[in-house]
Amino acid sequence: MLSMTDIHTYYGSIHALKGVTLTVNQGEIVTLIGANGAGKTTSLMSVSGVTQPKQGKIVFLGEDITKMTTEKIVAKGITQVPEGRMIFPRLTVRENLLMGAYLRNDKDGVKADEEKVYELFPKMRERMKQHGGTLSGGEQQMLAIGRALMARPKLLLLDEPSLGLAPIVVENIFEIIQRINREGTTILLVEQNAQMALHIAHRGYVLETGAVTLEGPAKDLLENPKVRSAYLGLD
Amino acid sequence: MFEQQLFNGLTLGLIYALIAVGYTMVYGVIELINFAHGEVYMFGAFLCVTIINSLGVPLFPAMVLAMGLCALMGVSIDHIAYKPLRKAPRLAALITAIGVSIFLQNIAMIIWGSRPVPFTRSAVPAAFSEQAFALGSVSVSGLQLFIYLFTTAMMIGLTLIINKTKVGTAMRALAQNATAAALMGINVNRVIAFTFALGSSLGAAAGILVAMYYNTMSATMGYNAGVKAFAAAVLGGIGSVPGAMLGGVVLGVAETLGAGYVSSQYRDGLGYAVMIAVILLRPSGLLGKSVGQKA
Ligand SMILES: Nc1ncnc2c1ncn2[C@@H]1O[C@H](COP(=O)(O)OP(=O)(O)O)[C@@H](O)[C@H]1O
Ligand SMILES: [Mg+2]
Repeated sequence: MLSMTDIHTYYGSIHALKGVTLTVNQGEIVTLIGANGAGKTTSLMSVSGVTQPKQGKIVFLGEDITKMTTEKIVAKGITQVPEGRMIFPRLTVRENLLMGAYLRNDKDGVKADEEKVYELFPKMRERMKQHGGTLSGGEQQMLAIGRALMARPKLLLLDEPSLGLAPIVVENIFEIIQRINREGTTILLVEQNAQMALHIAHRGYVLETGAVTLEGPAKDLLENPKVRSAYLGLD
Repeated sequence: MFEQQLFNGLTLGLIYALIAVGYTMVYGVIELINFAHGEVYMFGAFLCVTIINSLGVPLFPAMVLAMGLCALMGVSIDHIAYKPLRKAPRLAALITAIGVSIFLQNIAMIIWGSRPVPFTRSAVPAAFSEQAFALGSVSVSGLQLFIYLFTTAMMIGLTLIINKTKVGTAMRALAQNATAAALMGINVNRVIAFTFALGSSLGAAAGILVAMYYNTMSATMGYNAGVKAFAAAVLGGIGSVPGAMLGGVVLGVAETLGAGYVSSQYRDGLGYAVMIAVILLRPSGLLGKSVGQKA
């Protein structure tokens, strides 16, 4: 469904991605794990067209999207839940959700999807008229995910959804991610919480200083000695 | 006397408010103080009079046409001068804005000369110069009444656009988090262009009203009005649209009362004194978000 081939992305003279190659197949949850600064966020931003890669190719559903604008990429069906949630603090919960559906013109479909988001996150219905900034961290993460779902994505990119949340809230969010996946959305999940991510993912990639160093089925990675010592804090 | 000054101040204040919303909206979306905004205001007045004089178009259609042309002008300024600098250091865009302002002032001087030009009296309805109503000792002219109604209608329209439409919500979203806005598929440059169009057409309307009110316009009129409206935007809390409206009115009233009671020589200084006092007491402005929180 998605393939990144030899992606190089720079911030000025900083060479952040040094040839990232990965694929995501339809229906999968694929996780990209790695330490802080490894290039996980940059990888997702490269897919979304926010940071344009200097070299390499990104193909989505058979189409080259490497040089497309973010607007086009979203329209093609890739939506991102960015790191740190980035909800709009002074828009209401409902306005936040509607911004997720910005490119859609099918009013009835948008209405139906808004209803689906409220079913998935009943808290959002209660808080519909509140400003996004008044929500708790976990609620903001729910809002960010709900907002992304409003675009009706084929591929959902999630950047560290567990960041800064209490373990119980993280469990809840991860259950919802699995549910979204079961209902037909393919997921590329970036995490520092490798334990949780590898438990729900089908496959995983390990990113180190801008390049993939390990990949394989999530089960195998969970048993890989290198992963266990460096990312799971075991053995 | 006091009441009369209050009504005169309100006239001026509403006009400042109409210019100030343009500064504050642009600042909200791209964090740029658009120094060329005062020149768009000036072009509004000149274009309106030129359309009336050379095409024989009546006042109100000419006004709408001039506002439309200025909207286009604002969009072009952004496209040509600011858009290439979106990712450049803030100072580069700021200096460019000053450059655009000087450039436009000189263009106006080439086209319309450097001496003040009167507004076309014959195009102005007679009712504008007559008294519309009197309240005790206060006399309000037809033009003043028109300014009250017109600016209020514009502010209400603007508020509705910003708060109730999709593009208005996108403007607010962009001001709060540009990366997230882009990730929603919002075409950021198009929303910025829309912001310039809105602000510029309101600025142009203000220029036309002022030129009618004082029966004069000049190529340099944008400087003073621009600085005043900018002060009004800061006074209200830069980035806040209701703040700019309130700031404009407060500044206009303070200035007129000051000129009436202290000395008309200190008129500008008194306006700024009010602004400085407010900023000292409340650095984020009257309706601004507390300092430290991003716009
Ligand atoms: N806006 C930026 N400007 C300059 N360097 C950046 C920027 N964002 C990230 N980097 C650098 O790029 C590298 C990868 O960062 P990032 O993709 O954020 O990693 P991760 O998400 O894995 O923590 C890091 O070395 C980081 O310092
Ligand atoms: Mg990151």
